[in-house]
Amino acid sequence: MAGGIKDKVAILGMGCTKFNEHWEKNSSDLILEAFQECLADAGINKGDIEAAWVGNHLDEVNIGKGGYYVSGVLHLPMIGVTRVDNFCASGTEAFRNACYAVASGAYDVALSVGIEKLKDTGYGGLPDSPVFGQFVSLIGPNGTAPGYFAQLATAYAAKYGISMDKIKDAITHISWKSHQNGAMNPRAHLRKPVSKEQIKGSPYVAYPLGLFDCCGVSDGASMAIITTPEIAARLKPDQDIIKVKSLQISVSSGEEAMYDNWDGAGVVTTQVASRKAYEEAEIDNPREQIDLMEVHDCFSITEMVTMEDLHISPPGKAPDDILEGFYDLDGQVPCQVDGGLKCFGHPIGASGLRMIYEVYNQLLGRWSEERLVKDAEIGLTHNLGGIPNQNVCSVAIFGK
Amino acid sequence: MVGISMYGGYVPSYRLNRMTVFAAMGWLNPASMMIAAGEKAVANFDEDTITMAVAAGNSCLENKSREKIEGLYLATTTAPFKERQNANIVADALCLKDDIRTADFTGSLKSGTSALLSAIEKVGFQQEGDVLVSAADCRLGKMGSVQEMFFGDAAASFLISNEDVAVEFKGSFSAAYDFVDHLRGANSNYDRQWEERWMRDEGYERFIPEAIDGICRKYGVTIGDFSKIIYPCYYKGARKGITKKLGLEPEKVQDDLQEDLGDSGSAHPLIMLAKYLEEAKPGDKILLIGYGNGFDALYMEVNENIEKLNQRSKVSAYLSRRKELDKYTKYLVWRGIAPAEVGMRGEEDRLTRWSLVWRNREAINGMQGVKCEECGTQQYPPQRVCVNPDCGAIDKFTPVYLARKGGKIFSYTSDMLASSINPPAIYGNIEINGGGRMLMDFTDCTLDDLEVGKSVNFTYRIKFYDDKRDTTFYYWKAVPESEEVS
Repeated sequence: MAGGIKDKVAILGMGCTKFNEHWEKNSSDLILEAFQECLADAGINKGDIEAAWVGNHLDEVNIGKGGYYVSGVLHLPMIGVTRVDNFCASGTEAFRNACYAVASGAYDVALSVGIEKLKDTGYGGLPDSPVFGQFVSLIGPNGTAPGYFAQLATAYAAKYGISMDKIKDAITHISWKSHQNGAMNPRAHLRKPVSKEQIKGSPYVAYPLGLFDCCGVSDGASMAIITTPEIAARLKPDQDIIKVKSLQISVSSGEEAMYDNWDGAGVVTTQVASRKAYEEAEIDNPREQIDLMEVHDCFSITEMVTMEDLHISPPGKAPDDILEGFYDLDGQVPCQVDGGLKCFGHPIGASGLRMIYEVYNQLLGRWSEERLVKDAEIGLTHNLGGIPNQNVCSVAIFGK
Repeated sequence: MVGISMYGGYVPSYRLNRMTVFAAMGWLNPASMMIAAGEKAVANFDEDTITMAVAAGNSCLENKSREKIEGLYLATTTAPFKERQNANIVADALCLKDDIRTADFTGSLKSGTSALLSAIEKVGFQQEGDVLVSAADCRLGKMGSVQEMFFGDAAASFLISNEDVAVEFKGSFSAAYDFVDHLRGANSNYDRQWEERWMRDEGYERFIPEAIDGICRKYGVTIGDFSKIIYPCYYKGARKGITKKLGLEPEKVQDDLQEDLGDSGSAHPLIMLAKYLEEAKPGDKILLIGYGNGFDALYMEVNENIEKLNQRSKVSAYLSRRKELDKYTKYLVWRGIAPAEVGMRGEEDRLTRWSLVWRNREAINGMQGVKCEECGTQQYPPQRVCVNPDCGAIDKFTPVYLARKGGKIFSYTSDMLASSINPPAIYGNIEINGGGRMLMDFTDCTLDDLEVGKSVNFTYRIKFYDDKRDTTFYYWKAVPESEEVS
């Protein structure tokens, strides 16, 4: 019986740039900036890194394919560097590879990098490319990410008999909360609190999602250095060690897209990956045991259904929990404390590691009083890629 | 006996009121006020000759076996490809057999009747197998031109057979003249015409009587024997003149639908005929004339089988399904007459990989999916491993064509971010009748027409146009059922 990853690896250091429209910076600048913070936090030298994995999705835009770009920027000492891609979950995928590399005993110290620079396309939203392959691009709809995710709302409303108005209220609360949280975070892309009226009245992008229901498209880099808990404890005797409690990934089997057993009102891979993650981390009541979460709120509706898919809100009850403030900063399970994809920003390949960066620093109690989740012991990240019909979901749980 | 065993028609749902055109362009051509009555049918942004020919073909073949069809003739002067058999695209979308004869009839507005005659001659000669004729046109006039006022978009389709014939072919008389009253050069998008008087007095008023006279003399009939004379001519004055000159009873001249849809080019005599057949009675003698650089005149007689046909209202149903296209500028953008800024997202390279298309042609053209022989699960696109998690059988499938199955709306959205010349892009998940799901574009509808659980039909449309390589790619879209003619 395989033993999983629980307590086998620790995070030695992390770095994350401000996510922004970095018109003045290249991918290389962002990578170096996050790397310097990460290396300083880890307290090691560049030469101590034995292998690296790079999460990046829309490679054509900036860094190209393969692992060379990062190695060439940092002038890593001829070590193995591999670029991995799993849609918007690529950041967690880079992290996962580094974790396994250390857990296997093959390396003592591994680097995982998330990088994406999107603001060189010339237009808003994500670059248009045949991400599901040439055949699908011939027959699939003329669609965009907001349009694919927006459909969760129409199917959810039909399944639970909940009015579109109530869904709109719940998702408005989600975006309002992210703006509140993001405003307090100096590294967030969008730092302006907005009123619920403003959110609700924004022009629609894809029914029923308005402009404020969509996350920012940003440039940014994030990073983690992974090692064994033993090495971490030796290098940092005076500090808590943040360990990986579980790391699960689930990829759609095609059932959601082609078979008839999906309700369209949630993301199946999230349901599967989170169930496995709780089991691995030995969490039997996530609603009570999780102290904070960073989830993949690419769109407000995604965050809404994710609250149920993570088995925290009961089916059909996420709108109620959300509207009651259960996931607010001062609620029972604060969610998107750093502003989330919505306001911290979403440079695709960097987002998974940015979520881990937030949870890691929260668990270490490093943030200022106003945005610190006090006495947090267990944090969860949820990194989703693809579209509700066909996707990849990573759920990771961290603790001391 | 050879003749028509079934007919079909198609008129796109949008209508452009001629006063809307006049309001926009009357400043340039004030005299066009004289012809600004009624409305013209306008193909949607994702329709063209091919898609309309497919729609008319499906309308015709609704209750007919496609197995017996051994030929498909497409008639049009607005084929999207100069080289690539346009008729083959139509045949594939109609799920016809591979071993058929196809041809594009083009170059003149009488190509519709020429295709009909060729089909009749093929079936008559071989004494077996049906031939489907589909005629469609989507012609353009320059902004402010009379052609812009007159031309409309439509298609008609006829199944030519030697079994269950409802309209018997009796004979024909054709003439070819390089009489140029209008023309369109190989590299021109717009029709240009000679003086109206020339077209009217020396064209229609001379050749239509000549065609009628030819038939009468050749077959020993008189003009009074015919119940209906069907010919296109968008000049009202000329129509009146011909009626008067020949001493015709006005009700024997079939209405040319000028007020309802406009002149649909190659398809026009055929759609006029289809419209007439909705109410034709056994024993009716018909004279159909296709006109353009000469003429084809067809002498036909309706028999008792006409009363056995199901759903005879093939054209009227489409004529009554109409939506106002309230903006003239939309028409300009849809037809590519005026360039519109659709954003850089729309500049994505849409290179069609023909080898990939060929490998997957069945799945694309007829929406061929598969049904698992082990568990009965229908799935699309075709799989090699059954998608049912409790089955997983490999390569145990029977092909199943889904294009005519339709489905139900599972989820939907209306997207302003997607690049389109007709925003918002409307799409969603469809539950295919009989099993399986897919994400599809919707068309001919607005967000308000959509509801989870509502039935949809599939319609063959332009999926995208690659302007870099002048290539149109076609695929199926969903239309909410209430919007579709049933």
